[in-house]
Amino acid sequence: MEPEDNAAGPVIGDEEIHANGRDESDSQRHRPIISGEQLDIEAYAALYTGRTKTTRLLFIADKCGAPSMELEALRMAYDEIKKGEDTQLFREVVGKINGRLGPNYGLDDAWADAVDRRAESRKDKLENELNAYRTNLIKESIRMGYNDFGDFFYAHGRLGEAFKNYVRTRDYCTTSKHIIHMCLNAILVSIEMGQFTHVTSYVGKAEQAVDGLDPVTIAKLRCAAGLSHLEGKKYKLAARKFLEVGPELGNNYTEIIAPQDVATYGTLCALASFDRSELKSKVIDNTNFRNFLELVPEIRELINDFYTSHYASCLEYLGNLKTNLLLDIHLHDHVETLYEQIRNKALIQYTLPFVSVDLNMMANAFNTSVTGLEKELEALITNDQIQARIDSHNKILYARHADQRNGTFQRALQTGNEFDRELRAMLLRANLIKHDYNLKAPRKY
Amino acid sequence: MNLNMNSVESLVAQIQGLSGNIGELTQLRNYLKQCDDMLRTESTRLAPLLTELDPSVHSLGYLYILEACTSGTISKDQDQANELVLSVARFINVCAADQIRLAPDKFISICKKLKEQVVFLEDPMRGVAPLLTSIRKLQSSTEQLTTLHPDFLLLCLMSKCYKTGLSVLEDDVFEVDQPRDLFLYCYYGGMICIGQKKFRQALELLHNVVTAPMPIISAIAVEAYKKYILVSLIHLGQFATSFPKYTSSAAQRNLKNFSQSSKNQLYAPACSDRLLHVCMDLASSTFSKQYDSGVFFSRLPVVAKFTHLCDFVYEQPYLELVNSYSTGKVSEVENYVQMNKDKFENDNNLGLVKQVVSSMYKRNIQRLTQTYLTLSLQDIANTVQLNSAKEAEMHVLQMIQEGDIYATINQKDGMVRFLEDPEQYKTCEMIERLDFSIQRIMMLSKKVTTMNEVMSCNPSYLGKVRIRLGGSGRDLITTISTPFLLNSTYEEGEKEKHGASNDL
Repeated sequence: MEPEDNAAGPVIGDEEIHANGRDESDSQRHRPIISGEQLDIEAYAALYTGRTKTTRLLFIADKCGAPSMELEALRMAYDEIKKGEDTQLFREVVGKINGRLGPNYGLDDAWADAVDRRAESRKDKLENELNAYRTNLIKESIRMGYNDFGDFFYAHGRLGEAFKNYVRTRDYCTTSKHIIHMCLNAILVSIEMGQFTHVTSYVGKAEQAVDGLDPVTIAKLRCAAGLSHLEGKKYKLAARKFLEVGPELGNNYTEIIAPQDVATYGTLCALASFDRSELKSKVIDNTNFRNFLELVPEIRELINDFYTSHYASCLEYLGNLKTNLLLDIHLHDHVETLYEQIRNKALIQYTLPFVSVDLNMMANAFNTSVTGLEKELEALITNDQIQARIDSHNKILYARHADQRNGTFQRALQTGNEFDRELRAMLLRANLIKHDYNLKAPRKY
Repeated sequence: MNLNMNSVESLVAQIQGLSGNIGELTQLRNYLKQCDDMLRTESTRLAPLLTELDPSVHSLGYLYILEACTSGTISKDQDQANELVLSVARFINVCAADQIRLAPDKFISICKKLKEQVVFLEDPMRGVAPLLTSIRKLQSSTEQLTTLHPDFLLLCLMSKCYKTGLSVLEDDVFEVDQPRDLFLYCYYGGMICIGQKKFRQALELLHNVVTAPMPIISAIAVEAYKKYILVSLIHLGQFATSFPKYTSSAAQRNLKNFSQSSKNQLYAPACSDRLLHVCMDLASSTFSKQYDSGVFFSRLPVVAKFTHLCDFVYEQPYLELVNSYSTGKVSEVENYVQMNKDKFENDNNLGLVKQVVSSMYKRNIQRLTQTYLTLSLQDIANTVQLNSAKEAEMHVLQMIQEGDIYATINQKDGMVRFLEDPEQYKTCEMIERLDFSIQRIMMLSKKVTTMNEVMSCNPSYLGKVRIRLGGSGRDLITTISTPFLLNSTYEEGEKEKHGASNDL
């Protein structure tokens, strides 16, 4: 679909005032699969591997609010944990299930104890090996020893110790591949722990080891960087990072992020923070990113709608996606802010080309009431994001451009007055100080 | 006795003889200084002498004698007070300005006596005109601030003759005899301007007090600060708690402490109301009696410490008022004012605080002019939290009349239409205004340059510069003459350049 479809745009004349964004003929083209349905947990969980799968399932169970979904998520989490070795998490999940899923999903003490015993013995073995390596002072084996330790702790859910061990391998890294390996592990654990400052620093470290970088790793590092920016609420930087992720990522980083997520996060951040030209060049015309967008067709439609000013359908998509986005562990606390920013941008973009706008039509385009719209516009005008004034009587918005000449005169006079005032005050103060100084000076008479 | 009579007669003769020209007057002044003690002891018997002298010709002598007569405590007797007021007022009206300038402190002394008597008689208006004349006669130029200025303004305040006070405030002040005079002048001046609703001028004056260089915080600055906060809220709609860089460190430290959180009020119970009144009395007594700023400042550390502690409690309400004002909700501000009414009343600021509250409505309505082209009266009432459309109409009407906004009210629809500022900056008046501003600024710049030049010739400055430069005479000359070289466009600069190098 051509982005500049509506270049002719609505014309203000008595015969044909089009409502911008509500073109009836287009609506048939735009009836895609709106995924406002309940999240298909199995399909969602299938996108991920490793610990993040469990974490996400547990998060969904906590936040979804529908008992059927909750139980489904918990059941899947239980199955997943049983495949692993984290008994702490196991007990947690069992506690949450609370017997609701029947006897098969109860506290399996036998399994838990067996796993713990195995863990103890493995830990001892690893420790002995590590000590042996340390006495031998073979760098490579020490590094492998620490790595194994890190993996062990990670599998058992002791993330702090896992992180410490991964970081300890830094002293024994000899090639860039080792460094990158260490960084990726550190990043993985930090993301899970929620310490995104470490993520940023380790991404930086990894990117410095240039010769070890293959496209997949680069993509992974960009995803991680994007995630840390997102958490830091730096939406513009996050968007840029996500949009730079190459298609080589594929399914290689499912222990943290799925390619659908890259598309979603990237698009939403871009919509909220990019201006129009950047949006076109970096998102819509971005061939690499197109691969990701194909995975989430609603997001693709959303962004095209926004660019072509079909705000009503764009906002409709957003609304539908909202419930599911609130279940995402990384995005949930940013959804509100991003949505608000996107809506504000839509409002601003709507009013930009016009000298006067009928508020009734605008309210229709945005699916809101005139009073509500007036309030929103008032907020935007007060923040100087829209240069316009509202004619509340006739419900029209008039664009208003400040008169440069008058403004200049006013400012000049004001500056003159201020200068006058400041100078007089300064002379007075100088006089006072001189007086004080004269007092302290030795008197001649 | 004889001797006394002789000396007295000879005094009269001297005065009459030596009141011709400036040379004689200096001689006379020296003579009178010697006779000063004698005059004081004979003060009660000097009244008849006054009749022999003509105040307009023999002003200096008359002044000395008059001052000796009126020295001492003010009389509590109505008639005597009346008499004194009349005689001093008469003298002030007819005396010769150049003569009295030779003995300024005597002149100031009798004027202050006049003021005290007038206050005692509870008729301050009688003192306004004489003091105005006395100021004009004492000043060597309109830019000089004398010790009489604050007294004059005080009388204006007490008698509510604000317009007369304003006429004196119109003059720019650049020279100051005593810092304390300046503080009081600005404080009273600020109050007069507030009374006349000239808030911009009031803000300027109060700003000068708060930021004036002062080694120790003075109680005037504290009071002025409170008013400054309130006037800033009324005029600008906001208040910046940070001080400009040139504020004295004493002011910054003490006044900034007031903006800390209420945990400081733990220290407040240590001081009581009585203590506050004691130190306020101490402060005010030092104002009225002492002239020498040295004494004033030395007494103040004691005062400052107490006011410092006490004002923890008493400044808090002002800064909290600023906080509640910035929320923009009128009801909140009103509640706050209601709760702290007593504190504001103690400072005599309650009227001003009420004006702050009403200014909130104005500000909210002004904000509306930025977003709306037309708005119904009911909507205005709702947004600005007024009770009804009628009240909104009244407010808008008032603001239009005072020139705060430009609008038209359509009563049929109950709509207000906001208009742009009709000033087109195309008229002759505007050009004249611009021209006037330019001239003023040029004048001020010239002043600064002159001041710079004068400073460069100051021996103590030269001494410091020499130390800094390491003593090379050549460098010294270059440093000194640079300002003169820069001013080569002024003819005076040329002369002074030669003059400066000659002096060195």
